[in-house]
Amino acid sequence: MLADVRVETNTAAAAPSAEPQVGPAAPIKGRSLWQDAGARFIRNRAALVSVIVLALIVVFTFVGPLVAAWSIEKIDWSIIGMVAQKGQPSLATGHYFGADEVGRDLYSRVIQGTQISLAVGILGSAVAVIVGTLYGAVAGYFGGRLDSAMMRFVDIIYSIPFLFILILMLIMFGRSFVVLFMGIGLISWLGMSRVVRGQTLTLKNREFVEAAIATGVKPLAVVFRHIVPNLLGIVVVYATLLIPEIILLESFISFLGLGIQEPNTSLGALISEGAQTMQYGELWQIGFPLGFFVVILFAFFFAGDGLRDALDPKDR
Amino acid sequence: MIVFVLKRLAIAIPTLLVLIVLSFILMKVAPGSPFTGEKNLPRDVLNNIYARYGLDKPEWQQLVEYVWNIVAHFDFGPSFKYKDRSVNDIIRQGFPVTLTYGFWAFILASGVGISMGVIAAVKQNSWADYLAVGVTIGAQVVPNFVLAPILVLIFTLWLHWLPGGGWNDGKWNYVIMPVIALSATYMANIARITRSSMLEVLHSNFIRTARAKGLPGWQVVVKHALKPALLPVVSYLGPVFVGMITGSVVVDLYFSTGGIGQWFVNSALNRDYSTILGVTILLGALTIAGNLVVDVLYAWIDPKIRY
Amino acid sequence: MKLRAILGAGAVAFTLMGTSALTTAAFAASVPDGTKLAADQTFNYRVLDNINSLDPDIVEDVDTSYVVGNLFEGLYNEDAKGNPVPGAAESYEANKDNTEFTFHLRKGAVWSNGDPVKASDFVYSWRRAVDPKTASNYSYFPGLVGVKNADDIVAGKMPIDQLGVTAKDDNTLVVTLNKSVPYFVRATAHATLFPIPQAVVEKFGNDWTKPENIVGNGAYVLAENKPGERVTLKRNPKYWDNAKTVLETLNFLTINDENQGVTRYLSGEVDQTDVPAGQYPSMKQQYPNEAHSVPQLCTYYFDINMTDKQPVEALKDVRVREAISMAIDRDVIVNNVLQGGQIPAYFFTPPATADFKAPDVDMAKMTQADRDAKAKQLLTDAGYGPDKPVEFTYIYNTSEAHKKIATVVSQMLKEKLGINMQLQDMEFATLLDKRHQRDFSVARDAWCGDYNEASTFEGLMDSTSSQNNSGYSNADVDKWLKESATSEDPNQQYLQIETQVAKDLPIIPIYFYTKVFLQKTTVGGWPYDNVEQVWYGKDLYKTEG
Repeated sequence: MLADVRVETNTAAAAPSAEPQVGPAAPIKGRSLWQDAGARFIRNRAALVSVIVLALIVVFTFVGPLVAAWSIEKIDWSIIGMVAQKGQPSLATGHYFGADEVGRDLYSRVIQGTQISLAVGILGSAVAVIVGTLYGAVAGYFGGRLDSAMMRFVDIIYSIPFLFILILMLIMFGRSFVVLFMGIGLISWLGMSRVVRGQTLTLKNREFVEAAIATGVKPLAVVFRHIVPNLLGIVVVYATLLIPEIILLESFISFLGLGIQEPNTSLGALISEGAQTMQYGELWQIGFPLGFFVVILFAFFFAGDGLRDALDPKDR
Repeated sequence: MIVFVLKRLAIAIPTLLVLIVLSFILMKVAPGSPFTGEKNLPRDVLNNIYARYGLDKPEWQQLVEYVWNIVAHFDFGPSFKYKDRSVNDIIRQGFPVTLTYGFWAFILASGVGISMGVIAAVKQNSWADYLAVGVTIGAQVVPNFVLAPILVLIFTLWLHWLPGGGWNDGKWNYVIMPVIALSATYMANIARITRSSMLEVLHSNFIRTARAKGLPGWQVVVKHALKPALLPVVSYLGPVFVGMITGSVVVDLYFSTGGIGQWFVNSALNRDYSTILGVTILLGALTIAGNLVVDVLYAWIDPKIRY
Repeated sequence: MKLRAILGAGAVAFTLMGTSALTTAAFAASVPDGTKLAADQTFNYRVLDNINSLDPDIVEDVDTSYVVGNLFEGLYNEDAKGNPVPGAAESYEANKDNTEFTFHLRKGAVWSNGDPVKASDFVYSWRRAVDPKTASNYSYFPGLVGVKNADDIVAGKMPIDQLGVTAKDDNTLVVTLNKSVPYFVRATAHATLFPIPQAVVEKFGNDWTKPENIVGNGAYVLAENKPGERVTLKRNPKYWDNAKTVLETLNFLTINDENQGVTRYLSGEVDQTDVPAGQYPSMKQQYPNEAHSVPQLCTYYFDINMTDKQPVEALKDVRVREAISMAIDRDVIVNNVLQGGQIPAYFFTPPATADFKAPDVDMAKMTQADRDAKAKQLLTDAGYGPDKPVEFTYIYNTSEAHKKIATVVSQMLKEKLGINMQLQDMEFATLLDKRHQRDFSVARDAWCGDYNEASTFEGLMDSTSSQNNSGYSNADVDKWLKESATSEDPNQQYLQIETQVAKDLPIIPIYFYTKVFLQKTTVGGWPYDNVEQVWYGKDLYKTEG
C-alpha cells in the first residue's frame, strides 16, 4: 500500500509539468514479489513470533552448552538410582532441567536432542525439496508421455508402505544420522513432486516462459532458469510445513528403537523415554523435551501458514 | 470413469510385484534370520529348519514359488516365527481388529476435523477460530505414543472408566481409547486444511452471489460452500488412510488389541520372512485401494474433473 | 465349609460333579486352613510378547513354556521349591550309574478328550522333537540331557526309532541315556519332554494346536488364543488331580510395554507383572507386600570375542580384560541401576543352582577401591594408558535396561581407566546374528539354565558348544567337562572350570538375575523359592481381596 502511494506521488509530481519529460526519469523502485510477501508476513503476528522463537531456539542450542554443568553422557553417580527423589530440576545440582533415568543431565541432552531433531527435519526436508522439485518441474514442463510415465512411477512408489522399507533400511545400513534423514527425505519427496508438477503446469503457459522459448533458450534451461525460481514460493511453504512432519516421523522411529544411536539423542527419543516414567512422578523427563518439541512444531506450523498467507494473498 | 478405475487396477498388479521383490531383497540382505534365537542352534538343527521352510533353495526360486502360492492358492505361507500359525491365520485374526478401530478413527478424524475446520472458517478470527486451531494443532504435535499412555493413565488408572487394553472382540469400551489415540493427529490436519480451503471458497464470487441472493448463512455454508471446500481435504484423506495404518503400530503395542499393526514392525524385527511379505502386500493393496477411492471421490465432488 | 489341606502326592481320583468356584469344599491345591477364597478364581498374568507355538516339541521361550506347562504335563513336575514331584508318572527307578530310567505312568490319567495317556504318547512326542522334519529349535534338548542317539537323529544320521526311549507297555516308559545323568528326572519337567496325543496330532497335522483341536493332559485346556492380545485357559475337568485345582481361568495378557503393564496392574486388570529396572525400591516402599524379588537361574554377562576375528588387539591381552572386569562397579549396577535385589557376579553359574558350590573368587573379596587400583595397574602393565588408549565397541540389543547398564559401564571405564567403550545398540535379531558370526568385539549376553543343575551353565564353556558365543577354547576346560559327566562329585570339576574361566576371562560376568515382579496379595500358592520360577496354575488360588 505504501509502495503504491509512492509510485503515485512520483507520477503526480511529474504531472504538473504538462510536458512529459523525455529522457531518463528517476528510477522507480520496483517491488518484488518477495518484498510484498515479506511485508505481509511481518504483519502476521503469529508467524513473526514463530520465526523469532525458532531463531531463539537455534541460538539457544549454540549458547546453551556454554552454561551447561554436565556433558550429555556423564552420569551423576550421586543421584543414580534415586532419580525420582534427587533428580529434579535444580540450579544447585547443575541439572537445570533435571536428570534422566540413568542420572545424565537432561539440560545438555535436550539441547543436543533439539539440534539433532532440527537437523533431521531441515536436512530431510531439503532432500525432499531438491528431489521433489526437480522431478515435478521436469515432469510438469515436458508434459506428454514423459509426464505420464513419471507420474505413474510416483503413483507406484506412493503405494509402497515406505515406513516399512525405511525400517528395513535402518536395520540393514545401520542407524546413522545420514541414513535417517536420507531415508526420511526419500519418503517425503513424492508429495512435493505432485505439488510442484501442478504448479509447473500452470506456470508453463505464462508469457515469460513463452518469451524465453521464443528467444531460443533450451528446454532444460527454461526449467532451471525460469520455472524453478518461480516455484520457490510454493516450495518454501511446503518445505516449511514438511519439517514438523519429518520431526514427528523421526520421533516415531525413535520410539520404535530405531532412531539415533546412543549416547546421542533426539527429541523423539527423549520424549519416548520420558513417557515411560510419567507415572512414577518424574514429569520433568517428559516435560522439557515435549515442551521444546511442541514449541518447535507450533512455530513451524505458524510460520508455514504465515508464509503461505503472505505469498498467496487470496487467503485472507 | 470405469475405464479410469480399471486402468488403476491394472497398474496395481505391477506395483504389488515391485513391492514384493523390493521387500524380498531388503529382508534377505538384512543381517539375521528368523531362526536365530538367544540359544544358538547347532548346525544340524539349523539345516533341518532351513530345509523344512524351503530356505535352502536358491533365492529366485523361493521368490517365484512364493508369488505363485499367493496368486494360485491365495496362500501366504507359514509364519517363520510363530510356528503353528500361517500368515493367512495371522492376517485373518488381526485384520478385522485393525479395520474396526481404523474405520472409527477415520470417521472420527474426518467428522470432527471437518466440523471444526468449517466452524473455524465461518467464525474466522473469532475466539472460536483460535480455539479450534489451537486445540487441533496441540493434538497434532503430541505424538500418539505419548498420547496413548496419557489416555491410559487418565481413563484407566485414575478414573477407572475404561479398560487399559485388550480387545475383547471389539466391545465398545475397548475400542474407544485406540480410536482416540489413532485419530487425534489427523483431526488436526484435516481441520486446518478444511479451514483454509473453506476460507478460500467463502471469499469466492459464487458464494458472494448466494449471500447477495439472501440465502441464510448456514445454508450457504453447507449447501454451497462445503462441497468445493472439501476437495483438498479429500485428496489429503489418502495420506490419512496410509498414516493410520502405520499409526496402528503404536495402538496395537500399547493397547494389546491383536491387530495387524504390530506385525508391521515385529515381523521386520523378527525377520519373519513370510509375514513381512504378507503384511507388505496387504498394506500395499490397502494403500492402492485407498488412493483409488480418494481419487474417485475427488472426481465425484469436482465436476470439472473427468477421467 | 472348612477346607482340608491335602499335602503331598496322594492321587485322589474323584471328580466332583458340577463343581463351581463358589463351592470351596474339597478344593485344596495346598490352600491353608481357614483361607477365604475369592468368588472369581481368575489369574491374569502379563507376558511380554506373543505366545509362540503351543506345540510342546517346538516351545522355546519362557512365557510360552508357562502356557504349555499348564496345558500339558510331563513325567515329573516341579514343586514350590523346584524339586521334582510326580506328574504324569507316579514313580521311577534308575539303574546304578543313572544311565537307564524306568517311569511308571499314572494309572487312569487321560487326555482332555478322554483318551488314556499312554507311554507311546511320550515316545511319539520325544521322537517328534528330534525328528529333522519337525525342525524344532529345541531338538537339541533330548541330546543335551543325554537321551541315547538323540544328537545323531537330529543330524539325520539315524532314523527316529533309534531314540533311547521305548514304551515297555502302556504304562511303562524306559529311557536309555548315553551318559550318566543323575538329575535326569528334573529334565522331564521341560516342555520338550512332554507327551503329545498321537492320534490328535496325526489327525490334524499342523493345525492340532488350534483351540478347537488341541488336546492336552494338563490341568487346563485352551479356550482362546488371540495373538497380540491374550491366551485364555480354562479348567480341565478330566485332569487326574482336578479336585485340587482351585483356579478356574488363566489369562495370559500380552502387554508389550512394561510400564503399561504396571499401569494395568495398578488398575486391577493384571495380577502379576514385571517391575521395570530401577523402580523396585519405590514399588517396595509403596506396595511392600506386593513387590517381590526372587533369585532366578540366569546370568548377565559380556562376551569378549576370543577368536581371531577380534578386531581390538588390546582385548587379546588377559590383563586388559581383567582390568575391565575389575573397573566395573557391579554394586553400582545392582544397587543403583537395577535395584531389584540382583546379585553381583564374579563367576558364571548362579549360586542358587541346585547342588552347586559357588567358587571363591579373589576379585569378589576386594573392595571396589582396591579393584580400581589393581585395574589401573594391570592396564599400565599391559602397556596401555592415556597416550595409548583402549577403544572398542560394545553391542547390545535395544532395551531400556540394557541401555542403562551399557551407559553406566562405559562411563565407569572412561573415568577410571580412560577406556573408550563405544555403544552400539541394535534390535535383537541383528545382535544374535553378529554374535553367531563372531562379528563383534564385546557383546551383551545372557544365559538361563535349561534345567536346575550346574552343567547347563558350565557346558557353555565347552569349545564345541554352539552356545559358546565368545569362542573360548581351553583344552583343560573341555577335559573337565567330560569328566564331570561321569564324576562322583561334579562340583570338583565345576570348581576347576569356574576358576579357569575367572582367570582367562573370555566372559565378564556382571550379575545374577532376580525375577522382580509385582503380584497381588490375593494370589496364593506362588512358588517364590523355585529358582527357575516355573509355576503351575493348579497350585495357585485367589483369596478374597
